[in-house]
Amino acid sequence: MNSGKRALLAGLGAAVPLGLLASPALAEVGSESAYIFNTLSFLMCGFLVMFMAAGFAMLESGMVRSKNVATICVKNIALYAIAGLMFWLIGYDLMYGIDEGGYIGSFSLFWSADDSAALAEAADFSGGYSASSDWFFQMVFVATAASIVSGTVAERVKLWPFLIFVAVLTAIIYPIQGSWEWGAGWLDAQYGFSDFAGSTLVHSTGGWAALMGALIIGARKGKYTADGKVNPMPGSSMPLATLGVFILWLGWFGFNGGSQLALGSAADAIAISNIFVNTNVAAAAGVVAAMIASQLMFKKVDLTMALNGAIGGLVSITAEPLAPSIGAAVLIGAVGGVLVVVAVPLLDKLKIDDVVGAIPAHLVCGIWGTLAVPITNSDASFGGQIVGIIAIGLFVSITSAIVWMILKVTVGVRASEEDEELGLDRAELGMEAYPEFGRGSQFG
Amino acid sequence: MKLVMAVIKPFKLDEVREALTSLGIDGLTATEVKGYGRQKGHTEIYRGAEYAVSFLPKVKIEVVINSDMAERAVEAIRQAAGTGQIGDGKIFVIDVANAMRIRTGETDADAL
Repeated sequence: MNSGKRALLAGLGAAVPLGLLASPALAEVGSESAYIFNTLSFLMCGFLVMFMAAGFAMLESGMVRSKNVATICVKNIALYAIAGLMFWLIGYDLMYGIDEGGYIGSFSLFWSADDSAALAEAADFSGGYSASSDWFFQMVFVATAASIVSGTVAERVKLWPFLIFVAVLTAIIYPIQGSWEWGAGWLDAQYGFSDFAGSTLVHSTGGWAALMGALIIGARKGKYTADGKVNPMPGSSMPLATLGVFILWLGWFGFNGGSQLALGSAADAIAISNIFVNTNVAAAAGVVAAMIASQLMFKKVDLTMALNGAIGGLVSITAEPLAPSIGAAVLIGAVGGVLVVVAVPLLDKLKIDDVVGAIPAHLVCGIWGTLAVPITNSDASFGGQIVGIIAIGLFVSITSAIVWMILKVTVGVRASEEDEELGLDRAELGMEAYPEFGRGSQFG
Repeated sequence: MKLVMAVIKPFKLDEVREALTSLGIDGLTATEVKGYGRQKGHTEIYRGAEYAVSFLPKVKIEVVINSDMAERAVEAIRQAAGTGQIGDGKIFVIDVANAMRIRTGETDADAL
């Protein structure tokens, strides 16, 4: 039903989409009523997803050391702001101003809402929802992708070069790959690639960009010893990290539920409700599976793994939160939780320093969730899913690597050793997150 | 006069304070400190990787008292702070040359 995020708008003509969505057995909903409910769904789900920016900010604040907390807060609010401006400046039209089956959208600047049909004397509500409600809903998704990057490269990336990367990611990289699927471009048209709410388009995209950043910027000083040992750098606040994950979990109901893209019929209301349930059980299974896996592997329950497990479960169900039965959603989420616990030490073995575990939770689970779609949704094929994962993975990795490399050789992307030692809060901001607190259990 | 300085387990601070108060000792300075002795540190685990915590949190208390009180104070601290487990801490007694109460200018025994 939901091949492209803009399925409704792409098939604008003569109330076709609403007719498709409503079950024939149900009473007809007036087109203006449907328009209002669809718009309401975009707006409400959109502000839930907007608040995920707060979730990422708190999760990352808790997972970095206290000398870098203020900097990670600056990066999080700045990246949300920049993503929103870039999506207005160029991103939205680049993503959705694409021909069906196309490879690249329109480079027109300064998007503005066109609701003339709905506002006309003979009002036509076949657009399905107000233009700005759709813009707002899509904008908060691009911000989510950017949030993923900041956590991985935290504690050593310089502020302004990071924000330049975010600007390019949200203005160019994310919209182009998104257009291939949600803009009804070639992945959607030729391969029937299916990614309901963005396991690949949002989460893996953020994950690939983060991975390239981690590789090009390098690990935090002292994270890995010369003989290959891992030197853990415990985060500053486990309660904040936990709060962040709860906020993300809440926001995810908007992320997946809103991606139904409609609330104008009973069928849509039922679909969104089922999505809520599947989203919740996948996250729950991710937590429990991650706790069990960490108990078995490390002989201890690791809170940060349980937190990553929630996100791993959520990312895993995001590619197809509607089709699975509740039991299938539990399994999809549980696999995500285990993948996280396996991937975290694996990245450490490879000396890829991911401060918050964004690569395991968003990239690894994003790939898993996308691959799992055909298990429950017969409209998708494993071949099509693999093409999508590889095409988007290559495109985002190559373009991200180019941007990170350009930043590295021009302005420099990494803080100096002294600044890293001192903490970016004092080095870059000249302030501290917790000026009245002691140093806690970590000397030096 | 003697300075009785003890490094104890943090959760024993209240019992030690009560024991000293019952001997009529009216002042005490406590500082949060970190260190290790025979107990050494311990290991913690974070995201699947173990690491050593070498310095354990302790509380250091300091009281200055008349020399004839020292033995009883040391015994009271030992009784109150002891758990029988490794890591209970240590007590040191040091001679003090002078003392003065800042407000009144009283010295030595009068200042305590």
